[in-house]
Amino acid sequence: MKELMKGNEAIAAGAIHAGVKCFFGYPITPQTELAAYMAKHLPKSGGVFLQAESEVSAINMVYGASSAGFRAMTSSSSPGVSLKQEGISFLAAADLPCVIVNVMRGGPGLGGIQPSQADYFQAVKGGGHGDYRLIVLAPGNVAEMAEMTVKAFDLADKWRIPVMILTDGVLGQMMETVDMDSLPERKYYDKEWAVTGRSGRAHKNIVKTLHLDAEELEKIVLEREEKYRRIECEEADAEEYRADDADIIVTAYGITSRIAKAAVDRARESGVRVGVVRPKTLYPFPSEFYNKGYKKILCVEMSTGQMVEDVKLAVKCGVPVEFYGRTGGMIPGEDEIYERIMMMAKEDAK
Amino acid sequence: MNTIYEKPRSLSDVNFHYCPGCGHGVVHRLICEVIDELNINDKTIAVVPVGCAVMSYDYFECDAVESAHGRAPAVATGIKRCMPDKVVFSYQGDGDLAAIGTAETIHAAARGEAITVIFVNNTIYGMTGGQMAPTSLPGQVTQTTPCGRDPYTQGYPLKMCEILSQVQGVSYIERCAIDTVPHINAAKKAIKKAFLNQIENGGYSFIELLCSCPTNWKMTPKQAKERIGSEMCEYYPLGVFVDKIGE
Repeated sequence: MKELMKGNEAIAAGAIHAGVKCFFGYPITPQTELAAYMAKHLPKSGGVFLQAESEVSAINMVYGASSAGFRAMTSSSSPGVSLKQEGISFLAAADLPCVIVNVMRGGPGLGGIQPSQADYFQAVKGGGHGDYRLIVLAPGNVAEMAEMTVKAFDLADKWRIPVMILTDGVLGQMMETVDMDSLPERKYYDKEWAVTGRSGRAHKNIVKTLHLDAEELEKIVLEREEKYRRIECEEADAEEYRADDADIIVTAYGITSRIAKAAVDRARESGVRVGVVRPKTLYPFPSEFYNKGYKKILCVEMSTGQMVEDVKLAVKCGVPVEFYGRTGGMIPGEDEIYERIMMMAKEDAK
Repeated sequence: MNTIYEKPRSLSDVNFHYCPGCGHGVVHRLICEVIDELNINDKTIAVVPVGCAVMSYDYFECDAVESAHGRAPAVATGIKRCMPDKVVFSYQGDGDLAAIGTAETIHAAARGEAITVIFVNNTIYGMTGGQMAPTSLPGQVTQTTPCGRDPYTQGYPLKMCEILSQVQGVSYIERCAIDTVPHINAAKKAIKKAFLNQIENGGYSFIELLCSCPTNWKMTPKQAKERIGSEMCEYYPLGVFVDKIGE
């Protein structure tokens, strides 16, 4: 059945479809509808909705539920996600699967409540303390928000890793149709490591992150690094749009990618061979999608330039990479991106 | 031959890292005796803190989760809400429970989570070498209060049983001491009642145990035990603060 819903609601509906057992959250704009949808619908499907006393507490409730082997999630917006970083580091260190949603707003500090993509570094490069990674997914429309949430839970269980859905206030708040019947079926994974009470098990299960022996800790961290390398090989994904014969590539994720597509359509009408590469996974970063003989790349973000660093690493500085961004809650316009494309095309023609 | 002393089955057969005269060993034993007597080892999950008891996941012979500093009640909430038929207890020290985890402590109580909270109060941060705790007594000399805790600049100690007594969600609160045999017996009775309250009534229980830390108090174990009975019991009176079991 097709439903008209907000992006935030689509994530919640996708999570329920994926069999989420519990949602722990704390109110913050612009992710509000996600928790509201969960409060209304999750108990009906036998799940637990609990409004925590803080973001810190919410992420630690996720840690508990995930330790017990259940699918658990939390959602927030930028300042709230900063508060969750302690818990995220612990979840990563304990190899616990879970889904964390960040519906980004302008920062730093309290910033504003308008959409932003300025938490890319925090999501992709770390955020909390220690050597760790999250799988970070970036949906580009409302239907994909539901679909990617199902995938997020599967990836979390498959790799025993926290997965973040990194989206923005526009996608969270905008309404589009979602065909709930077309969502992929969830997958099931054994969780023999979960703390469920021993129930006849010969050994006790322990979920922990403390390793006082430096050699032991190094070994564990390096094993996890090995896992990250495999994730990089297997899970990186991107969408290509009109990129087949393109000389110039505009790259952007989330809502920005949609504006970029509109600008690219217009530039095509003006005769410029330009296309879009839209990363669907921000970690692992889909580097190989940038190495297809393109002459120039324009990275567009709602930040002062964060993903652009990964784009430069992807092409090993072998292709000129330019950046255009708006920040603080401002959204780059189709015109602005179109002008940048035309300038790059003109330089080429010289 | 009669067995007059036996290690509880729920207590792991390993060397503990605790100092001589420390209260943790006794409290671990009491909890494990209760788990054995109630025959709940197979369905019990320990949620352990950051502090001296951080490695107690190696000492409790049941499933266990180590949590971030102060977050044990939130972690326990996550576990218990998923598995209401299991027995979940948090084990926390004073810094963990009454400083960095005050919000988690109070709100788990307010929700009346069906968990058992074991609070070891020894008025000092032991693991980090003896700094002022939220429960350090006025005048107490610690590494960070070299002239003694001055409430005027360093605040007053928190009386957690008294504070939580004001919270409606709780069903059983008692403060006991780990100094004399009668007190230790009373503590075991309280711990057992707290576990039973969770199992039979789904009630939230909070048991505070006044314990010694001879190493960081710079006392002999004997002097430390005497301090519990004198200074600590005077500031933190023993007794039942809330008992709504059966109401």
